Amino acid sequence: MKYAFFPGCVSRGGCPELYPSSIQVCERLGLELEVMEGASCTGAGVLQEKNQKLGDTLNARTFAMAEAMGLPIMTICSTCQGTMSQAHKRLNDDLEYRAEINQILAEEGLEYKGEVVVKHLLWILVEDLGLETLREYITNPLSGLRMAPFYGCYIIRPTGALGFDEHPERQESLERVIEVLGAEVVEFEGKTRCCGFPILTINEKASVSMVANHTIEARDLGADAMVTPCPLCHLNLDGFQPKAASQRNEVIDLPILHLPQVLGLAMGMEPKAMGLNKHVISTKKLLSRFALTA
Amino acid sequence: MEVNLKVKRFDPESDNTESHYQEYNLEVEDYYTVLDSLIKVREEVDGSLALRCSCRASICGSCSMRVNGHAKLVCKTKITDVAKEGNEIVVEPMGNMRVVKDLVTDMKPFWDKVRSVQPWLQPSGPAPEAEYIASNESMLHLNGVMSCIMCGACVSDCTTLEVDHNYVGPAALAKAYRFVADPRDDQDESRLKMYNSYGGIWDCTRCMECVQVCPKGVAPMDRIMVLRDNAIEAGFSNTNGARHTEAFNDSIKHSGHLDELTLPIKTFGMGGIFMFGKMLDIPALIRNIPSLMGLLPVGLRAFRRGKVPPIFHKKIQGADKIRNIFEKLESKK
Repeated sequence: MKYAFFPGCVSRGGCPELYPSSIQVCERLGLELEVMEGASCTGAGVLQEKNQKLGDTLNARTFAMAEAMGLPIMTICSTCQGTMSQAHKRLNDDLEYRAEINQILAEEGLEYKGEVVVKHLLWILVEDLGLETLREYITNPLSGLRMAPFYGCYIIRPTGALGFDEHPERQESLERVIEVLGAEVVEFEGKTRCCGFPILTINEKASVSMVANHTIEARDLGADAMVTPCPLCHLNLDGFQPKAASQRNEVIDLPILHLPQVLGLAMGMEPKAMGLNKHVISTKKLLSRFALTA
Repeated sequence: MEVNLKVKRFDPESDNTESHYQEYNLEVEDYYTVLDSLIKVREEVDGSLALRCSCRASICGSCSMRVNGHAKLVCKTKITDVAKEGNEIVVEPMGNMRVVKDLVTDMKPFWDKVRSVQPWLQPSGPAPEAEYIASNESMLHLNGVMSCIMCGACVSDCTTLEVDHNYVGPAALAKAYRFVADPRDDQDESRLKMYNSYGGIWDCTRCMECVQVCPKGVAPMDRIMVLRDNAIEAGFSNTNGARHTEAFNDSIKHSGHLDELTLPIKTFGMGGIFMFGKMLDIPALIRNIPSLMGLLPVGLRAFRRGKVPPIFHKKIQGADKIRNIFEKLESKK
């Protein structure tokens, strides 16, 4: 299985632990990656606020590059995935619109034919690799660990653009992966809500309040950690958790882990190589349960 | 088929004033909607169950409730589409609203917010002899947003309203858009100024809950995004939201990807220093110094762990191609 790897901005920016952990985990799982160095940011919905066609053109360019490579795209960010899925739907539903955009891409010798497949690593685990195959790679099951899933809006809504009709299993893919890793799923209401990151610089109090609600709810239901396929959620839930704690005047202390990090742990990979020492909320206590340090 | 309706109940006038779940097992036809089932409960099992409904044809907007955690018009929701294992269906009142009794919520704050955006036509000039005429084409694009039946589903599931009641919310802003986009209305500027203020268009998280739950395809969030762009275009750019959007655009345009180190600085209006006075706004700068200082401890904590974006932001391969695309499409949307 080979993919055109779209790392997104944050995995090499604000969450520099995500990129290397993804690369190593995929290598272990036999997922061959070719990094799309020339691909631009998806626009993350922000660019689309101003100019949807511009955003769609940038994503069509990325799709065309992957088609030229003859590979499906792998993302590691809910926001990248959702933004691309929405662009993908618009470009595949409206052929006239696609033709217009292809005219712009033609200057670079590119054409988006409408064939590319764009999948988050989470979906690849379930649909391409298969949970049974994944199970074979688990050498160090995360037994006894209670883990709360946190999806990130863009990989869960709107379902029409995300192929949920064709792939209903996507709705609960994160829970299924947590189970295969040997951990226990903590069901909580917040799992499909917003982490608050997009309004952090606009309405910080509300944004931090969302962090508090979700982390406290998960902790109160017995979660030892939260896992997310979205680095933007990670930035807020991890980075702003101390502020959330002081907003509510209580200790929260809930480690927030990236999806590849928990995969790595369950496959016996080094916590430090997974960047588990790079979080604002320390993972020390969590790792010590498995006699590990980062 | 037999369904197990698990209904959230609350009656401030009863002996038990705590909200609690009550289960009703009943035999229904496969073609029943959730509303049909609830009515059957009320008529045949438990007359004390309170719910609101009228048209039963998704026109009146009375019967929004949460089904399995998400807002839905229950007259439009078939039981076979939502029954979980054991044919269980959880029915709760809408969120973000005070519950009056059982499944009935207080809609007054909802209507107050809709009213606050001035949802009526405000043309200028002398009134025409007959009606105000608008061409077909200029109104067609409003079909989607005019389908709103004010059911409150979007407000129920809005993630910002969960934490900030001051936010005017998706239904009111979709209505606001409807008048900004109406060719007969002539108050775009004052409207945008109003919607641009505290509690307005910039408080949306873009979580898409409203797009997902709207039973009529109004897509409130998409309308809010257009209002944001309209506000910036009309010159209302002195907000963190507007600056964030502009800085985000600039970053992609010039390097192909995001410069996460300078984005918050530019967002808080300090960017003028770095942008050769392009956006230099001294009062905003002074006002926003506390916000930026507030980010410092977060930045330091992350820095100590090595969780920082690269200091030197490098362009992606072929960044000039991205710039070309921007130059081609920026002016014509």
